[in-house]
Formats: sequence, C-alpha cells, structure tokens
Amino acid sequence: MQVSRSMLFEMYRRMMRIREFELVAIDLFKRGELKGAATTYNGMEASAVGVCMALRQDDLIAGTHRSHGHSIAKGADLKRMMAELLGKVTGYCRGRGGSMHIAAFDTGSLGALAIVGAGIPIAVGAALAFKMKGEHRVAVPFMGDGATNTGDFHEGLNMAAIWNLPVVFVVENNQFAVSTRIREAVKIEDLSIRARSYGIPGARVNGFDVLAVYEAAVEAVERARRGEGPTLLVTESYRFEGHYAGEPEVYRDRAEVQEWCKQDPICLFRNHLVEQEEFSQDEVAAIDVEVKRDIAAALKYAKESPDPEFSTAMDFIYA
Amino acid sequence: MARTDIDATSLGATKVAMPSDLIVQVPPGVPAKELSYQEAIREALREEMLRDERVFLMGEDIGKHGGAFGVTRTLFDQFGPERVRNTPISENTIAGAATGAALAGMRPVAELMFVDFSGLAMDQICNQAAKLRFMTGGQCKVPWVIRMPQGGGAGKSTAAQHSQSLEVWYAHIPGLKVVHPSTPYDAKGLMKAAIRDDNPVIFLEHKFLYSFRGLVPDEDYVLPLSRCDVKRAGTDVTVVASGYMVWHAMAAAKALAEEGVSVEVIDVRTISPLDEETIGTSVRKTGRAVLVAEACRSYGPTGEWGMVVVEQAFDYLRAPVVRVTGRQSPVPFANSIEDGMWPDTDAVVSAIRKVMAW
Repeated sequence: MQVSRSMLFEMYRRMMRIREFELVAIDLFKRGELKGAATTYNGMEASAVGVCMALRQDDLIAGTHRSHGHSIAKGADLKRMMAELLGKVTGYCRGRGGSMHIAAFDTGSLGALAIVGAGIPIAVGAALAFKMKGEHRVAVPFMGDGATNTGDFHEGLNMAAIWNLPVVFVVENNQFAVSTRIREAVKIEDLSIRARSYGIPGARVNGFDVLAVYEAAVEAVERARRGEGPTLLVTESYRFEGHYAGEPEVYRDRAEVQEWCKQDPICLFRNHLVEQEEFSQDEVAAIDVEVKRDIAAALKYAKESPDPEFSTAMDFIYA
Repeated sequence: MARTDIDATSLGATKVAMPSDLIVQVPPGVPAKELSYQEAIREALREEMLRDERVFLMGEDIGKHGGAFGVTRTLFDQFGPERVRNTPISENTIAGAATGAALAGMRPVAELMFVDFSGLAMDQICNQAAKLRFMTGGQCKVPWVIRMPQGGGAGKSTAAQHSQSLEVWYAHIPGLKVVHPSTPYDAKGLMKAAIRDDNPVIFLEHKFLYSFRGLVPDEDYVLPLSRCDVKRAGTDVTVVASGYMVWHAMAAAKALAEEGVSVEVIDVRTISPLDEETIGTSVRKTGRAVLVAEACRSYGPTGEWGMVVVEQAFDYLRAPVVRVTGRQSPVPFANSIEDGMWPDTDAVVSAIRKVMAW
C-alpha cells in the first residue's frame, strides 16, 4: 500500500506523542502529582495510530480505561489532555474525568469509558445514527482482549452485524486483562475468528507494525463507509507497562517483558522510515525533538492551570 | 383479540380499573378526547416522531407486534422499520446504542420490555449515560428516554421477575431523571417533556394503568419533569404517592371525605429530581403525612419521601409519619399469597385513620 510521506511523518509523530505523553504520565504518577492511576498505552502505539490515521476527523472513536493513546492518535490537544491528567479546569473534562475518562469531542473522541466493554454498544449506537442520517461516517470502539468476553462484545457485534452498521471493532490484544493472560480466558488462539459467528469479516494484524494496522484499518473503514457493514479487527501487541504504573506485575517476569520490548513499535517504525522510506536520521530526530518540546509545553500548561473551583462541583448536574 | 385489547385485565388481573372520574385534570370546555394511558403514551410518541425526525424507537418486539403491552402498535405501520426498530434481546446494548445514537445527534426512545429486565442494562444506564455529561465536563448531552413497564399491584400472577417496582434503582443515581405517571394526561405530557429533555430519562409506565382512561387535551402540551402534582387539595392529612398508588390514595381520600376528613394527595409523578418543596409545603399545612408506594419497603421511595417530610416539616407534624408499601418479599405467584403484596385503598384508609387518631 502506498502511504504518502506526510502521512508517514504524521504516523511517527503521533506514536511518539503517545510514548512521550505516557512517560510523563508515569513520572507524574510516581511523584504523586497524578492522582488515582495511570493506565498507560506503551507498546500499543501502532494500534491506535494505525487505526486513527485511517479515520476522518468526523469519524468517532470510543475508548477504554487505557485510552490516552486513542485520543492522541485521533488528534486530541496535548495541553488539554495533560491538564485533564492533573485534574485541572483547563482539561478536556474540566477535571471531572481524569486519566480514565478523557473525552475530546472536538476531535471525535466520545470518551474513555472505564467499564470494560462499555464503549462497544455506544459506538454501535453512534453508527446507527450515522446510518439513519445518511452520513458516511464510521464509529470505532477500541477494546482490550479482555472485553471480548463481555456481554457487550457479543450484543454489540451482533447488533452491528444485523443492521449492517459502519463500525470497526478494534480489539487490542495486549495479552493481559490485568493479570490474566488471554490464553487463560479464551479457548481460541485467534480472537478474530469470533467475527465468523456474527457473519462479519475478521482480521488479525501485527499490532507492533503501524503500516500493517493502517492497511487493515483502511480496508475495514472503507468497507464500513461504503455501507457494507462492520469488521472485527484484532491488533496483536503487548502491554509494556503493568496494568497501571507501579503495578507489581507478579504474573510475568522481566525477561518476558524485555523479549517483547524488542518489538517496540516506535523503534520498528523509525528503522522502517530510515531504511525503507528514505527518511534521514535528522528528519526523524527533528520529530522527536518537536514532540518532546510539545509534551514539555503541555506539562507546563497543565501545571500552571488552576484547579476547578469548589463552587463548580455541582456543574453539569441536572438530576 | 386485537393487540389494543391487551391490558392488565386480559393478562389475568383479578381487579378492575378505578373509575376514571376519581382524577379529572382537564377542565370542562377544553377540547379533549378520552384516551387510555397506553394510547396517551402512543400519541405522545407519534406526535414527537412527526415533530422531530431525530426521534426514533427501538426495543424488543416493538415493531409489528407493537411491544409486549401494545404501546407502539400502529407506529411501525406509520413510520416503518427504521424508526420503529426491533432489536435482538440485548438490553445492555439497547441502552448503550441509545446513548451512542443520542451522542451522535438522534433522540432515541428505547423500550425495555419489563423494568425487571433492566438489570441487564444497568451498566449502560447508570455508569455510562447517567455520567457522561458530568464526566466529560459538559462536552456532551445524552437526550434519550428509556421506557420500562413496571409494577404489579393488580393481582396479575406474573410472579417475581415480571412484577417489580424498581424506581429507586434509578432514582439513586445522579444523572438520571425518573418519571412515573399515574394518568393518561400526565403520561402524554411527561412523555413529550422526556423526549424533549436533553438528558437521560427513565420513563416508568405502570402496567396495570395501561387500560385506565382519562381526558387528554387536543392541544400540544408538555409537563415539567421536576414537579410533584397536587391531585387533590386537602387540609387534614397529606398522602404522597406515585403511579397506581395515586389511585388508591384518591379513592381513600374520596371515601374519607364522606367522614369529614380532608385529604391532600400529592402525586410524585417525577421520582427524580424530587420536588421536595411541594411535599414540604403540603405537610406544613396539614401536619400529617402518609406515604404510599408499591415498591418494597426497605430503602424504598417512602423512606426518601419520609425524610423530606422530616427535613421540611418536622416542627409542624401532629402525628408520626406512616408509610404504606409493598411487602418486603419477591412477588409470589399464587393469588392466595400474592394478595396483600401491595397497598390497596383499604390500607391507605387505615393509615390515614391512624394518623388522624393520633
């Protein structure tokens, strides 16, 4: 598949943004500045970016408790993202959501929903609205491997299938549902075969390879946009961090993690750009510098932003 | 039997509808027609679908079949399968898809066949729809209505999983409006308000009331989603009730009027947000309160209403607050033990006599 040079640049930029954002999030959490939990996306950047680069601005995504990457990949503003992590009033959700609930409606991100599987029915409903209104838009619920065992998954894929809705269900198999390996939780090795039972296509791609994800996503998104119905797309990767930053990870050993980290999607893509796409090292390094600068600016913005006023605690309450 | 004829009586109810003149809401001279509660809801749906093309219906068997209680009958023929949309048995995804469609610009009205089934949709209703506007810092609104028939109350022998009154499940959650009309007039005006509201509304329809008839104005009208309704003014005792229990309260009030007791009946037709002011004002006037709900006793609606009375009118009380509720039990099947499961007119009369005699 031909991918333009500017598109390749943008893919790399967004993957780097996610990585650098998450490194800051982990650091903030360890310092106690990020409250609650930081469930990070390191290792899975190619999945969100490969899919979101296949989407238009007006397509919608729904996320999970591990969704910083999805919003950034869809184009969310880093400053408002970072401010939300720190619970600031300038954050996307004005400090009401935090890390697990960042929504960026201005870029088509319906929100990170921290109940596993919950984004699936919501995306199906958004796609129903698109179809009823005759809009050629696509809805993408992202979910982890663990979500494939929920009722939402079964109900949602079935409903989208019978109504031929423009949905691309993206399962990001990072091998773990908290501590439970996917092979303990399902009897099959390839999650994409579940598509067959709904009468829809299923595809499985290397989730460390952004171009492979992009190619599969383009096919699924175009199919949905043509009105031919939903697709189940499974991206295979690995969660480099624990379930949350600082989690003890007693269920896996470091050697295993290090082995998987050899497939770091950003390193792989950087090498690809230099070796196959005639990017110079300097060009790639310039993006790294730009991203680090943007993340630093976002962090500064977030830290300097005010907390929500206590007097606004009941804003957005109607019942 | 035609679907329109299906009501609680045909489902085996052992009791009959109350006389419709117990509650009169349309003054003489106002152009109006008599509709059943079921028809009033249907007319509200029909008129809103004609008024706003974003409004559509989804639910199990709501198409040709017209829904388990016939509420959507004829709407399929009028609006077709796109806007009167049969779904698979997938309660959580019916609710979730309503949320998604609402976020993407539609105004869905979903039906869950019985409130008892709504436990399957609890995550989408209580964790998602109810919280999205708040959790996103006001970036979105979720304008949907989910209709749920509820209640027993009439000796229908539908047993433990088709007879419950579960309004407090939803009233407890910030972010949901909860409506439970008692009359055709209220049902139509509140349904229109619910559809036009920008937030998620749980619309509880009492199954036994579907066949109750009453005058409904011809003109377009909407009722507020935040007010109790004084169904009968009185000075001696306040009876707070909702749904079918309003009718028992009205029948009790009528019976006691003959004995010279003046009963004020407050219909909590919007369970949440609760209009505390109307309850407080009434009890400050009467000094006595009886609370009537079909739901089970523990942590039920009467507990909340009773605390409102205490908070708003403690110094005015001339008698202890008395509640009349459903039995703290799953609903049994056999009539011999289903009997007495729910409050009836006699129970309300007894409670009023008790507070009057204090």
